[in-house]
This record gives sequence, structure tokens and C-alpha cells, in this order.
Amino acid sequence: METATNTASNPAPPLRKTALNASHRAHRAKMVDFGGWDMPVEYSGLIAEHMAVRTAVGLFDVSHMGDIQFRGPGSLAAVQRLCMNDASKLAVGQAQYSAMLTPEGTFVDDVVVHKLSDNDYLLVINAGTREKDVAWVRKQVGTMPSIHISDYSDYYTQLAIQGPKAEATLAKLTDTNLSVIKNYWFTFGKVCGLYNVMIARTGYTGEDGFEIYIPSDEPTSSRVWGEILNAGAEFGILPCGLGARNTLRLESAMALYGHEISDTINVFEANLARYAKLGGTADGPGTDFVGRAALAAIQAAGGPKRKLVGLEMIERGIGRDGYPVCTLGGERIGEITSGSPAPFLKKNIALAYVPIQYAGLDKVVAVQIRGQLVQAKVVATPFYKRPKKST
Amino acid sequence: MAYPTTYRYTKEHEWISAEGATGTVGITDYAQSSLGDIVFVDLPKVGDPLEAGKIFGSVESVKAVSDLFSPVSGSVTAINDELKDKPEWINSDANTTWMLKLTLSDPAELDTLLTAEQYVAFVAEETGH
Repeated sequence: METATNTASNPAPPLRKTALNASHRAHRAKMVDFGGWDMPVEYSGLIAEHMAVRTAVGLFDVSHMGDIQFRGPGSLAAVQRLCMNDASKLAVGQAQYSAMLTPEGTFVDDVVVHKLSDNDYLLVINAGTREKDVAWVRKQVGTMPSIHISDYSDYYTQLAIQGPKAEATLAKLTDTNLSVIKNYWFTFGKVCGLYNVMIARTGYTGEDGFEIYIPSDEPTSSRVWGEILNAGAEFGILPCGLGARNTLRLESAMALYGHEISDTINVFEANLARYAKLGGTADGPGTDFVGRAALAAIQAAGGPKRKLVGLEMIERGIGRDGYPVCTLGGERIGEITSGSPAPFLKKNIALAYVPIQYAGLDKVVAVQIRGQLVQAKVVATPFYKRPKKST
Repeated sequence: MAYPTTYRYTKEHEWISAEGATGTVGITDYAQSSLGDIVFVDLPKVGDPLEAGKIFGSVESVKAVSDLFSPVSGSVTAINDELKDKPEWINSDANTTWMLKLTLSDPAELDTLLTAEQYVAFVAEETGH
């Protein structure tokens, strides 16, 4: 038996660690190198952790994520220039999904923009792209007036409490009324005795939940981690690793940088144009962000030639990252960007790029799995959508 | 978990239990633990030939695919069909959850495999503790 995930033994720089590293190791988490970070891939087991988030609550250490703050009277103009979504529509305390693009309309990174105040925005960025993103932001902001950029990535321990029991769990640790925080809004409140903690109703699991940003010193981080696990014990909370985080986001068809989005994939191909304020009759003039001209040109030329689609395996087999997508005759037409068994849906699913003519719902294609063609069909995404709250 | 001393082991983390020319093959507890939740096992058919050190199938967890390597040469006499629906049994008890049975063409090949003691030392070396 030999795992396909083994990597080459090139000498690599030492792995970076979050403030909870010792805590993860003490709790016997299985650790992996994730984009240069020593992170837990699973604790009790990927499927159990995935199901805990879908049916109860799970806790993730996502401190490897980066945080860039834009401050000063020029901050909105800078955010508008750097990010494709329209940050002028945000109220204080509101967040939005967005992305920073190259001049070609491809992805530097996807980000969540938080409006802290009129002159103050926080961009939460991916771990593997932190240095690149910060350098890109500084370069683009350049000599723009009245704007100051700070990289606060190492200042926060970011914890994600996710699942239908996330609110009940966190409510035991804060006097903030969580029920009034809407999806993609945030506030500041006291959590575990810590004042002025940012509490955001955001996440990357397709489930209801919160992300909190606490000081990144080790004693505080491990104390809060432990208090959340204790508070959630009555609901069956599980500490979760990046393995479950990946299958949860895949069931919800959320993009992962380096897979569904990259600097060789444009916004239309990735089906993310709804987050780009290109301008239009109902939409106002749009904003002049980096990459907009290229996107307008792609649109004028008839749109993208390939598209991201959801696939569900029809025959027995699991399509995985990088596997070729073929016609039934075996001609290679595309590639899977993320593929895995879906623990909640109990199906084998994948996201893949295919030419537009194969992107229609119910089209049957073949995934090449170790030399064999295994049939799959194009299905609607997200694969999983959480049930609407009944109350 | 203890590794049965009557078994022989490969460096690719399969075990074989043999009596005379009849053998039974599975994967080790270390293998199942590294893979995590097993969801899929792809095995050969009864009658298929096996060659020592060559791939005979694959096992998949949620997050990874692993090839299965035959500890010895021979031909397949039985497949554990229950693993089609219950692959997670391997996680529950890797030592007794068998994948296939075979007739060994050269039982002397067993002597080239690791003993339980050697395998434990090999795993310790591989994992660095």
C-alpha cells in the first residue's frame, strides 16, 4: 500500500504553526503540511467531523488564514480598485465575498471583505497566498492617497464554529445577542471574557456558523479553544480538521484557491461573475477594479470557452483532484479540480472544468480513473444546500 | 494495536497470513489509520494471477487513494465481497478484515517479508517515533 498523497522530499522551509499547534498535537490530531502550514487534517475521523458540522457543531482552527486591513479616508477607493465586488454597498458591520484579480481577469485570490467602519476594511485572505496577496495589495495601492495597509495575519487566532448548533454553543460564551447577527454580518463583543472580539456569521462549510478573531497568544488561544469544546459538548461538538473543511466546502461547491480558482482561471469560467460589479442597466456603472477591462472583453467576445461544473459519479469510482474528464469515447476534454466522496450526501462528487458544450445539466461524461473511463453526469451546484431555518 | 506475530508484512503495509500454500491478505492497522475513513476497495477477481510486489488493487479513504501490493505470487481463490458495502470494517479491525485469499505459487517468498517485530520497527522509522 502506498499513498498517492506522498510528496517529493525536496528540502522545504520549516512548517509554520498556529498558536494552537501544541494543542492539536496534544489531542492527537493527524497533522499535514497545508500550504506550508502544519495543520490538523483530522481528529476523530473525517466522516464523523463532517457529519458533526452538518448535524450539530464542529470547531476549526483557521488561524492560517490571513488578514489585511485597509485604513484611512482612501480605504474604500483602494478596496474598490483591488476587489471585484462593490464594497460601497456594504454597511458598517457587513461582509461580502469578493476576489482580487489580475489585469487578465484571473484570480490573485478570493477574499471576504469586512467593513469595520467608513475608513476601515478588513480583508480575510487564504493561507497559501498570504505573502503574494500582501505584496500585490501594496503594489496596487502604491501611491494612492490617504490609505494605510497593515498585515495583521499573525495577530489573530481565527476559530470557526460551524453547524446548526453553532449559535447555541457560542451563546454560552458571550453576552452578545447572536440571533440578530445576519449571515455575512459581524459585530464586536465579549467572548470567553475577552473584550472586543470580532464575531462574524461567516464560514466555509455551507452551514450556519460563526468565525471569531481572538488574540493569537498561545494561552488565550488554547483556553478559548477548550472553552468552546466544553460549551459544545452537550451538542456533540467535535474538533475538526482541514479534511472535513475540504469535504464540507466541496459539498457546498465553494471555490478553493489553487483548485477551482487560480491566476490561469477567469471569473466567468469559475461561475463567480455574480460577485463582480461589471456594471449594467440594473447594476449601475460598476466599479473600476483591476481585471474589469479584461472581463468586459471576454464578455464581448461571447463569454468563456470552458466552465466549472458539478459532477456526480454514476458508475462505481471516485474522481479526484487532477483526474482527466473525457468524452464517453475517451477524448480528454477537461480536468477535475476537486473530487471526493461526499460524506453527508453519500455520493462521489467533483468540480471540474469542461468546454461549454459539455457543461449542460445531465450531460454524461467520463472520468479517467487509473486508466479506466468511469461515467459521471453534470449536476446542479451546490451539491448540498442547508435546510432553511423553520423558526 | 498489536501486529499478529504469525503474519508476515510488506513495506507497503499489507499483511499476509499463510498456512502451507494458502494465504490471506489484508492491510495493516498502521495503513488503515494513515488512510482514515475507508470508503472504497477495488479488488481483483477470483482466478486472477498475483505477482509479488505488483499492484493488485486499490483502497480509498475520503481523502486519499492507495495502491495495494501483493506480498507474494499466486492466484486469487476468494475475494471478501462484503467490503464492497462495508469498507469501513477495515478501519474497525484491520488485522482480521481480509481482502483476498490466494494459492501461493512459491511459499518461500514469505521468508523475504517482514516479521511483526521488523514491521513495527519499520513503521517507527517511517513515522520518526
